[in-house]
Amino acid sequence: MTAATAAPKSGSKSKSKRARPGQASPKLAYLPIIFLAFAIGIPLLIIVVYSFLEKPSQGTGVKWVFTTENYQALFIQQKLDGTTALDTRYLKVLWTSFSYSLITTIVTLVLSIPVAMWIATRDARKRTLLVALVTLPFWISILIRTYGMRQIIADEGPIGKFLGLFNIEWSILYSPPATILGLIYVFLPFMILPIYASAERFDFRLAEAAYDLGAKKLTVVRRIVLPAIRPGVISGIALVFIPALGSFLQSDMLGGGKTNMVANVIANNFGQARNWPFGSALAVLLIMLTLLFVLVIQGISQRRGDKVELV
Amino acid sequence: MSEKYLEIRNIVKVYPTPEGGEVRALDDVSLDIAAGEFFILLGPSGCGKTTLLRSIAGLEYPDSGEIILLGDRIDDKPPYERPVNTVFQSYALFPHMTVGENIAFGLEMEKIEKDEVAKRVVEALEQVKLSGYENRLPSQLSGGQQQRVALARALAKKPKVLLLDEPLSALDLKLRRGMQVELKRLQRETGITFVFVTHDQEEAMSMGDRIAVFSQGKIVQLDSPVNVYRRPINAYVADFIGETNLIEGTIVAGGIELPGGNLLPISQLADDSFIPESGQVTVAIRPEDLVLASDGLISGTVRDVIFTGDSVRVHVTVGDIEVIASLASYGTSIPAQGSQVALNPEHRAARTVAS
Amino acid sequence: MTITKLPTTKRRKLINLRNFPGFNPTAWFVLFFLYSPLLYVVIYSFNSSRIGAVWESFSVRWYFRVFENNDIQRALKNSLQVGFVATLLSTTLAVMAALGLLRMKRAGKAVAIALIGAPLIIAEIVLAVGTLGLFIAVGVPLGKIGLMVAHTAFCIPFALLPIRARLSQLDMAPFEAASDLGANERQILRRITLPLLAPAIFAGALLAFAISIDDFITSFFVAGPGATTLPVYIFGMIRSTVTPEVNAISTLLLLFSGSVLIGSYLIQRKRR
Repeated sequence: MTAATAAPKSGSKSKSKRARPGQASPKLAYLPIIFLAFAIGIPLLIIVVYSFLEKPSQGTGVKWVFTTENYQALFIQQKLDGTTALDTRYLKVLWTSFSYSLITTIVTLVLSIPVAMWIATRDARKRTLLVALVTLPFWISILIRTYGMRQIIADEGPIGKFLGLFNIEWSILYSPPATILGLIYVFLPFMILPIYASAERFDFRLAEAAYDLGAKKLTVVRRIVLPAIRPGVISGIALVFIPALGSFLQSDMLGGGKTNMVANVIANNFGQARNWPFGSALAVLLIMLTLLFVLVIQGISQRRGDKVELV
Repeated sequence: MSEKYLEIRNIVKVYPTPEGGEVRALDDVSLDIAAGEFFILLGPSGCGKTTLLRSIAGLEYPDSGEIILLGDRIDDKPPYERPVNTVFQSYALFPHMTVGENIAFGLEMEKIEKDEVAKRVVEALEQVKLSGYENRLPSQLSGGQQQRVALARALAKKPKVLLLDEPLSALDLKLRRGMQVELKRLQRETGITFVFVTHDQEEAMSMGDRIAVFSQGKIVQLDSPVNVYRRPINAYVADFIGETNLIEGTIVAGGIELPGGNLLPISQLADDSFIPESGQVTVAIRPEDLVLASDGLISGTVRDVIFTGDSVRVHVTVGDIEVIASLASYGTSIPAQGSQVALNPEHRAARTVAS
Repeated sequence: MTITKLPTTKRRKLINLRNFPGFNPTAWFVLFFLYSPLLYVVIYSFNSSRIGAVWESFSVRWYFRVFENNDIQRALKNSLQVGFVATLLSTTLAVMAALGLLRMKRAGKAVAIALIGAPLIIAEIVLAVGTLGLFIAVGVPLGKIGLMVAHTAFCIPFALLPIRARLSQLDMAPFEAASDLGANERQILRRITLPLLAPAIFAGALLAFAISIDDFITSFFVAGPGATTLPVYIFGMIRSTVTPEVNAISTLLLLFSGSVLIGSYLIQRKRR
């Protein structure tokens, strides 16, 4: 048999490609796609276009003159005397965003694995309640949750008062640690839930079997348990790192403007600083970083053969 | 063949395989089904029988060929325009509708008046002995009851042809036997043409007026249950339908030489046996057609004796093959394991089959 | 050949992942961590003192303040209006997308999924300023209408999540049966598909509503002065004068979120 024999078999195709019952026409998706192209696609396109335009001499908006200055301005400073120098301000902002997100991801991961495993090993009734408790914060406004965290860690808040009893000074609000704490607080459920979803499917008798076969406790965790929850861990990392990288409220409300993350600088350029083109260039950079991270995560999960769907 | 009711003409259906090859699920299949017939499509899984059924229903579209119902070509019509209905293997009841709503659904699609719909729902439930179950949800019924609802739902439409896709395969043996009798009765009373897919040869024989035996996308034999059983066209059918000892023999002068050196005379074979001039032939003998004899054609050592209630199955090693005889469990002397026995086929019960 | 001696005498203690060292305290710590800020806000909403951090006595005066505050009323009305419209539109579009995507060809599907998934991956600030740019470029006035459009867009992926999940689990046999019984595609959609998807559509709508009501960043940029939503108003309150009024309104919102969630849970359980 050769491959060529399969070729002459047209004509019948149109008939056999008929829809199966219940599978509605793909035309149904046209309206949502057109809407999203308008409401999501065009805004993204506008950002890219704006990033190559000049800022008007007065007011907000853009001047329709092509330039790559905005991207240069991310790294190079034009001095008044006409010379140029490396400008590290925005590199620092990027580094701040990246490092805060990384720390947030690591801390939430370290906390979430035990919590997810612990919930997964409770009995069914308790498990439902605990999952609900972890899910509930997701339904509560991030603004309010961040505000609550601010009240707790404020100098005169409960922690401050308690430490005051021992004459220990407590002043963490409006500092990088406060921002990071806020990020951890807000995104922790996003890490626990996917790991729990993996852990719940794990048959804990396997661990007992491995132990029975002579594996040490830590070996069991490393060789049996961790691989089983790996898809959840990868999803969790993506679900925490990506929004943390673009987060705005935590550094605004807890960092007190001293520790700017990318989103804050973008917001500022579209607000008070009134430099839309430069803000757009930063936004494009943020999109690129996010997509890069998505590609890395997808690469890892594909190589490992885990099915991790981000969308 | 009687009048032309449902005609299947040269149906071909090819599926691509994941490896890039293709499978001919239906390979130029043609057959005629008569009005009021209980017609069986029989074969192992993957032989194409379900594909043919689904092609009649409109749930698959053949690559080529025609399906003609009462003179109308229906192979190009969507399922909802075909006057045929299906009882699905998985029942496929609508989980969000009550039993009554499930049955009424198909009637409402025909824009039948409300009163008439209600009447026909009651009638259909009576037919399947589920009166009073209108307001139950499918999830509140047993598998057997769900099966009956699926049947009632299709019957209520009074289809020209009722297609049944292994409807009994999920039921236990006792329930299945009961349903077989009931289906046969229902078919006789309603006069509706049934096309019934199964891989269970016993089910096929107990219900069918005619059986089409499928293998690899082709019909191997199309005949009455008795003929399919008694006159299998080849070794495949003989082996698939019921249980058969297939014994390789060599054509010699005056008969067939069997393993062990005994000669089976031609005169002992069924009269329509397929007998080549020379060479190897396959002799098919049903276990129940073998009887113990003091001087039998087939002699060997008893290896196992298995009591099954209505019969005793004796496994006899003859040379390097094993022959099974099914003896009546009452009134026969049962040979002991390890003893030497001789077996003879009943007169003209052995036949040669093409391999 | 030598025979390895097996350590038979020492009986090993059975592993117990239920009581793995450190899991229990970590879990309780995390739960405490998750809830203490919320608890603090709720408790201090009943503080009579004007200075937030000093407990004076129990009082509900700040709740009265909230109910008397016209700006809050207006912001709440805006939030609800935008939330309802965005929920309705995004859920409808999500149902259409979910069904249409089933049979879409590879290329079209990839584009569609990229567009739908964008709000989940791309930082909200980017979409917010982009939407601002769009509205100004096209001449859409900043206000409720624009806000509804923007909210609808980023609510679609959330509404879609449960619907697609349910659709992929659905047994296709009942659809075949419906077609077999004479229902055309439109009738199947109305009588079979939508009823079977109903719980997922409900869950998707709930998710979309929560996302819309909670949204801050997009609303902050696109709302304009006339259409301030509740989160934008609260953000302003927090920035300017922190009065315990913020605690009271936060508590009310917590109560709202909680009751919506419990309500939906009860509805779904009753249906089963």
